[in-house]
Amino acid sequence: MTDIPSKLSRRDLMKLSGLGAAALTLPVAAAKPAQAAEKIKTNARIVIIGAGAAGLAAASHLSQRLEGAAIILIDRRKAHYYQPGFTLVAAGLKPESYVTTATADYVRNGVELIEEQAAEIDPDGNKVVTDKGRVVPYDYLIVAAGLHLDYAAIEGMEVDKIGKDGLGGVYASPAAAVATAKAMFEFAEKGGVGLFGRPATEMKCAGAPLKYTFIVDDYLRRSGARGKSEIIYAAQNKTLFSVPIVSEKVRMLFRDRGVKVAYDRVMTAIDLSRKVATFKTPDGVEEIKYDFTNVVPPMRAPDVVRNSPLPWRTGQWATEGWMDVDRGSLRHKRYPNVFGVGDIAGVPKGKTAASVKWQAPVAVDHLIASIEGKTSDAVYTGYTSCPLITQLGRAMLVEFDYENNLTPSFPGVIAPLEELWITWVMKTMALKPTYIAMLRGHA
Amino acid sequence: MKDLDPLVFFYVFREMLGPLLWLLPLLALLGIAGFVYVLMRDGGLVSRRLVISEVVGFFGGFAALALMAWVTLSGFSDAGGPVDWLLVGVIWGVGVIGGAVLSYAVLGLFDRSHAKQGY
Repeated sequence: MTDIPSKLSRRDLMKLSGLGAAALTLPVAAAKPAQAAEKIKTNARIVIIGAGAAGLAAASHLSQRLEGAAIILIDRRKAHYYQPGFTLVAAGLKPESYVTTATADYVRNGVELIEEQAAEIDPDGNKVVTDKGRVVPYDYLIVAAGLHLDYAAIEGMEVDKIGKDGLGGVYASPAAAVATAKAMFEFAEKGGVGLFGRPATEMKCAGAPLKYTFIVDDYLRRSGARGKSEIIYAAQNKTLFSVPIVSEKVRMLFRDRGVKVAYDRVMTAIDLSRKVATFKTPDGVEEIKYDFTNVVPPMRAPDVVRNSPLPWRTGQWATEGWMDVDRGSLRHKRYPNVFGVGDIAGVPKGKTAASVKWQAPVAVDHLIASIEGKTSDAVYTGYTSCPLITQLGRAMLVEFDYENNLTPSFPGVIAPLEELWITWVMKTMALKPTYIAMLRGHA
Repeated sequence: MKDLDPLVFFYVFREMLGPLLWLLPLLALLGIAGFVYVLMRDGGLVSRRLVISEVVGFFGGFAALALMAWVTLSGFSDAGGPVDWLLVGVIWGVGVIGGAVLSYAVLGLFDRSHAKQGY
């Protein structure tokens, strides 16, 4: 942040982190507390739709930097989900409680939480209407509405059947992640055909379906059932990851693990009783039989955004309803007092918590600059990161930006495309504390 | 990309460790203070005690690795590259030094037979 006089670059700090907790506390003692920075006085009314990772982080940053502003979060859900932990729950390594906390725990003093759902956005009238009919006017709006898991778009899919008959669904809810683990362990004991894949839409954490494929492969090996099993990964296009160098690495790892890849396959239907999934291919329709599958549904913007004037107007992002924001500032292209942060933002990369960590301060900086009648030079470069689990106990730390550049935080120390224990250690030890610190506006 | 400030790490470690964030450095400080006190009181290292504390430290290294394995649901056998072996070494080393210093201090506080005359 610009208000801290003692600065080190992100890379310097990341390098420092390898030196351990004792070393890290040293620069802390020298740093001035953030609270010492002078707050900006304003009576602006800032409304935030959604109290997930992006909404809470934005609210915390705003409340740290503003005095007198009305900061209003709108979200009906009382539970907060630590979504980066869903994969570990579905791997049977963490309990449901690991990913479920209360939204209210992260709402800072001075931030108002309206526990209703935003039902309508009127950016011309500068107001939001909730499902209870409450009209909430705003001077500035941050949309952090997340995304909608469109299970209904897969014919025959029933979310409440997750956990039964070899049906997995890691994303659906914490309970579904637990149920997925149960079904996965049953499969890992017996073996058979494991079917994995991802949707053709934009999606949150595109590494997650790959991670889960690797995890199930490892459990099959540990149980001794890998030899009589087949693992198929149905890729939505001709790649395995949007960043070419990562895609190529995953292709090599899949080859090493004996994972068969079926390219250009998009799941359109599933027959839960016959255990058959139907895929759209360039040559027509194809059915694949499975004993266990992890259904990752198409993802799109929630209705409150889709039915507003905020989405892209052309292309795939218009169909899926993502917000038409500038990719550097996250400011809406047609409504300058509106920002889109997190999954809802129609930007090329980054529907992850790591993206939120870097997006929220940038959007907030531009918003506050507008309040002051200034401009901000803060830019979100598309940075995101994915500790891509490749087996139980090892992961690759994949970090990249909009331009498909790898942006390693530990160059020369942690190679980005190596399967390492240290990356797994970070995933299991440091990621959740960093995430919680982010929600509180401290990271 | 914006710069991070060092406070970020303080907050991350606070979320990670909770009260341990203060207790662990406190324990380390107490161990070092006790070690220095015993060293000065005895006027040097007591070799028999040093050997015992080195043995404790040796096992302390493995205890540190076991603790990491428990916390991370994995183990040093998952090490896949040089940085992993470095991490294993650092964890083991911290356990060795911590265990040795702490046990030497504790043993010394209970064993005054080597105290210098008139000290």
